Amino acid sequence: MQELSDLMQTAASEIDAAVDLAALDAVRVAYLGKKGTLTLRAKTVSQLPVAERPAAGQEINIAKQELQERLNLRREVLNAAALEAALAGDAVDVTLPGRGMSIGGRHPVTRAMARIESIFRGAGFGVRSGPEIEDDFHNFTALNFPANHPARAEHDTFFLPGGMLLRTHTSPVQIRSMVEEGVPIRIIAPGRVYRCDSDQTHTPMFHQVEGLVVDRGVSLANLKAVLHQFVESFFEREARLRFRPSYFPFTEPSAEVDVLWEKGKWLEILGCGMVHPNVLESAGIDAEEFTGYAFGMGVERLAMLRYGVTDLRTFFENDMRFLQQFR
Amino acid sequence: MKIAESWIREWVSPAFDSEAMAHRLTMAGHEVDGLDGEGEALRGVVIAEVLQAKKHPDADRLRVCLVSDGGGDPIEVVCGAPNVVAGMRSPLAKPGVTLPNGVTLRKSKIRGVVSSGMLCSAVELGLGVESDGIIALPADAPVGQSLAEFLQLPDVVLDLNLTPNRGDCFSVLGIARDIAALTGLELEGPLLTTVPASITDTHPVTISMPEGCPSFAGRVIRGINNTAKSPIWLTERLRRSGLRAISPVVDVTNYVMLELGQPLHAYDLNKVRGAIQPRLALAGETLTLLDGKEVAATTDTIVISDDSGAIGLAGIMGGLSTAVTAETTDVFFEAAYWPQEFVAGRARAYGLHTDASQRFERGVDPQGQARAVERATELLLQICGGQAGPLELVQNDQHLPKAKPISLRRDRLRKLLGISIADATVVDILRRLGMQVDTHDLGWQVLAPAFRFDIAIEADLIEEVARIYGYDKIPATTAIVEAPVAVVPESTIAIDLVAATLVARDYQEVVSYSFIDAASNNAISGMPSELSLINPISSDMAVMRASLLPGLLYATAANMSRQQDRIRIFEIGKSFHGTPDAHSEVLRVAGACCGSACPEQWGQASEAIDFFDLKADVEAILRLTGAACDVAFAATENSALQPGQSANIVRDGNVIGVIGKLHPRHAKMFALKKSVYVFELDATKSLESRPPVASVISKYPSIRRDIAVLVADNVTAAEIVTAVASAAPELICDVRIFDIYKGPGIEAGLKSVALGLILQETSRTLTDEDADSAMSAAVRKLQQEFGAELRD
Repeated sequence: MQELSDLMQTAASEIDAAVDLAALDAVRVAYLGKKGTLTLRAKTVSQLPVAERPAAGQEINIAKQELQERLNLRREVLNAAALEAALAGDAVDVTLPGRGMSIGGRHPVTRAMARIESIFRGAGFGVRSGPEIEDDFHNFTALNFPANHPARAEHDTFFLPGGMLLRTHTSPVQIRSMVEEGVPIRIIAPGRVYRCDSDQTHTPMFHQVEGLVVDRGVSLANLKAVLHQFVESFFEREARLRFRPSYFPFTEPSAEVDVLWEKGKWLEILGCGMVHPNVLESAGIDAEEFTGYAFGMGVERLAMLRYGVTDLRTFFENDMRFLQQFR
Repeated sequence: MKIAESWIREWVSPAFDSEAMAHRLTMAGHEVDGLDGEGEALRGVVIAEVLQAKKHPDADRLRVCLVSDGGGDPIEVVCGAPNVVAGMRSPLAKPGVTLPNGVTLRKSKIRGVVSSGMLCSAVELGLGVESDGIIALPADAPVGQSLAEFLQLPDVVLDLNLTPNRGDCFSVLGIARDIAALTGLELEGPLLTTVPASITDTHPVTISMPEGCPSFAGRVIRGINNTAKSPIWLTERLRRSGLRAISPVVDVTNYVMLELGQPLHAYDLNKVRGAIQPRLALAGETLTLLDGKEVAATTDTIVISDDSGAIGLAGIMGGLSTAVTAETTDVFFEAAYWPQEFVAGRARAYGLHTDASQRFERGVDPQGQARAVERATELLLQICGGQAGPLELVQNDQHLPKAKPISLRRDRLRKLLGISIADATVVDILRRLGMQVDTHDLGWQVLAPAFRFDIAIEADLIEEVARIYGYDKIPATTAIVEAPVAVVPESTIAIDLVAATLVARDYQEVVSYSFIDAASNNAISGMPSELSLINPISSDMAVMRASLLPGLLYATAANMSRQQDRIRIFEIGKSFHGTPDAHSEVLRVAGACCGSACPEQWGQASEAIDFFDLKADVEAILRLTGAACDVAFAATENSALQPGQSANIVRDGNVIGVIGKLHPRHAKMFALKKSVYVFELDATKSLESRPPVASVISKYPSIRRDIAVLVADNVTAAEIVTAVASAAPELICDVRIFDIYKGPGIEAGLKSVALGLILQETSRTLTDEDADSAMSAAVRKLQQEFGAELRD
């Protein structure tokens, strides 16, 4: 009869050589099955002299246990290999593009306008709108543009029959809002405006955001602070501004605001001023008790600076290749 | 307005350079758009005297001149100018000098005679665009002096962008005055010369409407020689301001206008018939202007008339019939004050824009007429000789603007600017601006000078103080704002959310013009617009759009032509309806799509977009409101859309939008090569919302039962779903159509509709009997309403 230790060595090498679960099971049956080598050998213990039986029995039990453990370990290895093989067949090329819909994008001008709105909403401004076909009163007269005033000539106005016009600025919303809501008031008015002018640097339609704050004790110093903070917020960087005296019929004092841009150039970005008493009065507000400031900015101008657009006209050509850059 | 720095410095010369002057002016509200250097290239050109001018031995048109440049021996130069004569003084460029055109002179032989230099014309020196010979300098021009020095060159021309309220700055005087105020320097001019009359001649002037002409200065000057040449110092100043020299009379009026801001007109006195009379134009009155253009004056315009009729448009341009020419010997100068309300907007109405109208519209100094005529007389006599009659000044005090004292309160100044400015500083600023200032308890009583007619109220004074004080010295102070928390309505969906939804569904936003061509507007909206612009940029931008779709279709076509084959675009904007007297504006969301439903991709065949792809996008927007189930799509006829593929979108009985396939008959108008699907929603009506109301979610399992029925082809899906849902509303919680079949095996005119019914109860688990009864109720309903037949 073979020595137990030899038998165990043979079994171990057979287990290790099993390439799949079926082969492994055959090894198990051959040693531990009903008629397996070890099973049969265990039965021979009873034929030994009584004194030798316990030691021999224990020796065989340990051998059976060892064999079982070895079988288990091998089964785990084979299981893992089988799973790995199955998964390998399931692999995909992860660099292929994703399927389904893509995503669109907003127009750079509305994107900039939404950004301006969100900045001012954060500062407690309400957002208002008004008609784009306006009357002379709201677009000019109430804003202190007397009939035939040369300042009117600077607004190249589109007219409709009967004296109505396309608003040349979003400032009429000032008047409408003050009349409707009264004061104190703290609003911006974004929207489309129109001027009869079309060349490299003018389009007959463009967008403005008008701002208006009227309250007790509102000063030019407050206006400077708000605009400075706005510009820094919009461009997300420190900015140097200069307030240059200017003239708008509806503000007094009036200023144009330049921002210091690349190469030490001052670029005009908005107009502003303290609301003219005549404007407050035309909205039925006591100009002694209340003061206010107003400002107006061209959205295209800001969008050009923010997004590096060099030709104003591209905003309205609606070329997808241009627009898709603003996703 | 362009003016030379050297001219300004004649009256006020601060110790800073041109750049600093431009900066100070800009920061005082007179934006300097440009600084142009002048005459930097005249190095080496000197003033020479022509001692002798003899005919060239071999050329009839050339002369051989001996000239002196003040040092050493006379130089021999050959000159081709017709005006060269012995005794004249003229600019000389010697060999080695580089002229402004880049040519460096060399000693050369001209037809056998050595020329050691060149006598120069204005063109050759870059001092003009035309010339009829070499420059004739004044007889007292110092021989040997550099020409540049003599002409105050190099010089810098300031291009000022003046604001409409500062008519007083439309002159050298005005700008010099403001610089003096800014710097605190004394203004050394203008000198108030008066020219005594040497003859007694006057010309009658009748002011019948003093409100339209409260001040009129006139003067007769006889015996002038208008063929004389204006001196170079004068024409140089005109040139630097962008004006050409024409004749002494015209040059003098232009010069005085630039210098003092008062436009003048000169009549050829011998062509004037009778009294000069400003009056409103008569109906149908016409006249020919100086530029040869005939205008029909409107009755709101002041014309200057004589016995022959209108001879000029007041404050705009004179008439041709009395124009000054080279032969003119007697002139009548006119300097009038036309109040702004009588001139504003008039020039524009005639399609004119003149130096005079620009100034009168902004306003001129109501006290500046006599001074201007005196100055013009002085200059004209210097240039052309002649005898001046007495100055005639007709003024009507009643109609002349009178400055009213304005109170400036210390407290108001501080409140409006947000800074306290020392009293002494305020007073100093106001006085520097020529204002009379009296102090009182609360501040000051201020009287503005006549030329500052823009100063009318306290805020005007505050602006002046701030402007001179410096806006940059006003601090930026964040206001402490008590902003009440406002009610944020949940009753409407923010338009930005709609945009975000469309963007997430692969739509690119576009912005198209609110005005479009009438034809496309009519075709899409089905009716002609009454909102057409009087003055459109072009016929493509002539009417206010009644729909956003034409703009989207043009954008689609433009992109198709740029090789884009899959286009999905949307726009948010207003459409315009009604008439100019009673119009309405509707905020809309509209989209257009063409090409494949999905972008080209691997593993999925490309399928062209259809009605239902677009419908899903519209439904996605409407679902934002939580009200999608209240919205119906009703098949409809629409002139823009293809029959059978167009629907009205209806909410609570109101049409809130349309959806469909563009009618092929419009494809040509928009140059579309593919079918396009479009939608357009009334944003306000579509986006009404309400806060969601939660209901209990059933803890019990649901049961799904499927059936297929045969119904007539014209029974709509919506009708079937509504009927089934209403058969057992307490049990049927959802009805899904999962298949529609027509074709072999189904009788023509019928269709097979496969439905999935989801049944559920909130209080108990449903039994098979419950489900069976709901199913038979549904089938019964379909049989009753549509004669449906259950398929096995």
